[in-house]
Amino acid sequence: MNSTIAMITYRAMLGRRRALLLFVLPLLLLVLAAVLRVTGNADLDTTTNVLAVAVSTLLPLLALIAGTGVIGPEIDDGQIMYVLTKPISRTSVLVTKLAVAFSLVVAFAVVPGLLAGLIMSGTTAGVAPAFGAALLVGAAAYTPIFTALAVASRNAVTIGLLYALVWETLFSGLAPGAGAVSVQQWSLAVADALTSAHQVDSTVSLGAAIPLLLVAAVGGTFLGAARLRTLTIAGAE
Amino acid sequence: MSTSTSTIHDIGYRHYDGPRLGAGYLVRSLYVHNLRAAWGLGRPARAKIMPFLLAAAVVAPAAMDVGAALITKRSELLWPYAGYAFNVQVILAIFVASQAPVLASRELRFHVVPLYFSRPIAPLPFVLAKFAAMATAVLAMTGVPVLVLYVGGLIAKMPHPGTELLHFLAALVGCVLYALVLAAIGTGVAALTPRRGFGVTAVIAVFLLTSAIVTLVQNIAEAQTNFAAAKAMGFFAPFNLVDIVQVRLLGAEPTASDVPSGVGGGLLALVLCALVVAGGLLVLHRRFRKAGLS
Repeated sequence: MNSTIAMITYRAMLGRRRALLLFVLPLLLLVLAAVLRVTGNADLDTTTNVLAVAVSTLLPLLALIAGTGVIGPEIDDGQIMYVLTKPISRTSVLVTKLAVAFSLVVAFAVVPGLLAGLIMSGTTAGVAPAFGAALLVGAAAYTPIFTALAVASRNAVTIGLLYALVWETLFSGLAPGAGAVSVQQWSLAVADALTSAHQVDSTVSLGAAIPLLLVAAVGGTFLGAARLRTLTIAGAE
Repeated sequence: MSTSTSTIHDIGYRHYDGPRLGAGYLVRSLYVHNLRAAWGLGRPARAKIMPFLLAAAVVAPAAMDVGAALITKRSELLWPYAGYAFNVQVILAIFVASQAPVLASRELRFHVVPLYFSRPIAPLPFVLAKFAAMATAVLAMTGVPVLVLYVGGLIAKMPHPGTELLHFLAALVGCVLYALVLAAIGTGVAALTPRRGFGVTAVIAVFLLTSAIVTLVQNIAEAQTNFAAAKAMGFFAPFNLVDIVQVRLLGAEPTASDVPSGVGGGLLALVLCALVVAGGLLVLHRRFRKAGLS
């Protein structure tokens, strides 16, 4: 971990216009939750539906923005060289950037998700805290995967979208087997275990989900670090 | 210094007095260049992978449908022409998101826009050429699968060739409208940030969140049997918007779950589509004009 790199990365992520995207997405969720609460539509079914959208859409999108944003653009325009040529181990560079990305996902997806749940149905049946936990473990798995992807490929964002939208959402609906390799389903398994509400369901069991989440988080970190260690900067794209 | 006394010295270079190609040639060249860029043509292989992979993904369901119909000798196809784009909207959205930044923000990022405007071209035709190229690229994504379905139907000798042709032509109009709306949203949003990665996620966020929220609110409204509200929500997501036009003005079967009723709903949707296109062009024009001045 290196505090200077962390500071630079925070500044790059939160500076200027691109921070707008980070703020707008969770804000939409919170506004939706507040409107549903005020108009008296926030029953348990609606709450689980809205929070399921937060897990299936908001979380992967923000993990994608933060996970690839902390390192992708720097690799793209070659600025990463100024960081890599300093006497700091590349593993520590990657871990620092990963920690920044994770903290951003927690701040902009996990906390708003938990708040939206609490706004809509309080702690009824433990739905809000359960989804909060699901978002947290999901963030811990998605972020390293997407950061490793950003180090490995320039098409990281598109590949991440294909995984999160086509594989996890479309194929999981068509072929339940695809759900076994889906961070979304692993996170939902955690939510399922923590709440008594019957609306929450996952295609994988908790016993399988926890090791898989760990593998994703640790594996993503190691792969990203290994790739960054051997990274050479090519010329223009 | 007065203009009458100043002269440009003729130091003996040969003059060019052949034909000048003119503004039309400039715009056409920009259009072709941008269209090639949208598909990664003339660039390394890794720029071609994504657009062609997505194109394969978008044609695959239509091709499989036609293949299955030919083998089993079914007398109708599973996929309707007009509803195809709506059904594969995730793939179309990813295509627009991944390719729009290539057209809309790469020149901004590398500060090369002034080089374009050092030629006799104004920002407006420049931006129109860019937009037309993106719309053509998206039209290929929406139109080719429908064409595959239609030609497949002809080969399989489907009954009622007359109505099939009418449905096909109506669906093509819908494809053009999809292409214009999607290209406008994609290039307009992507032009706001010079970073490619952020552009991709910003565009996908617009498509995804609008449709997710619209579906969510429609479900809630339906559960309360408030069907008017459920139908009105259709105006707030781009894919639903074009679907409304197709259903209400082009006589297609509805694909989205709630469609506003009457020809008035269709006309309103069409006006909204036009506004989206105008808005996208306005953002694009502003960004490039400003970048051309620096």
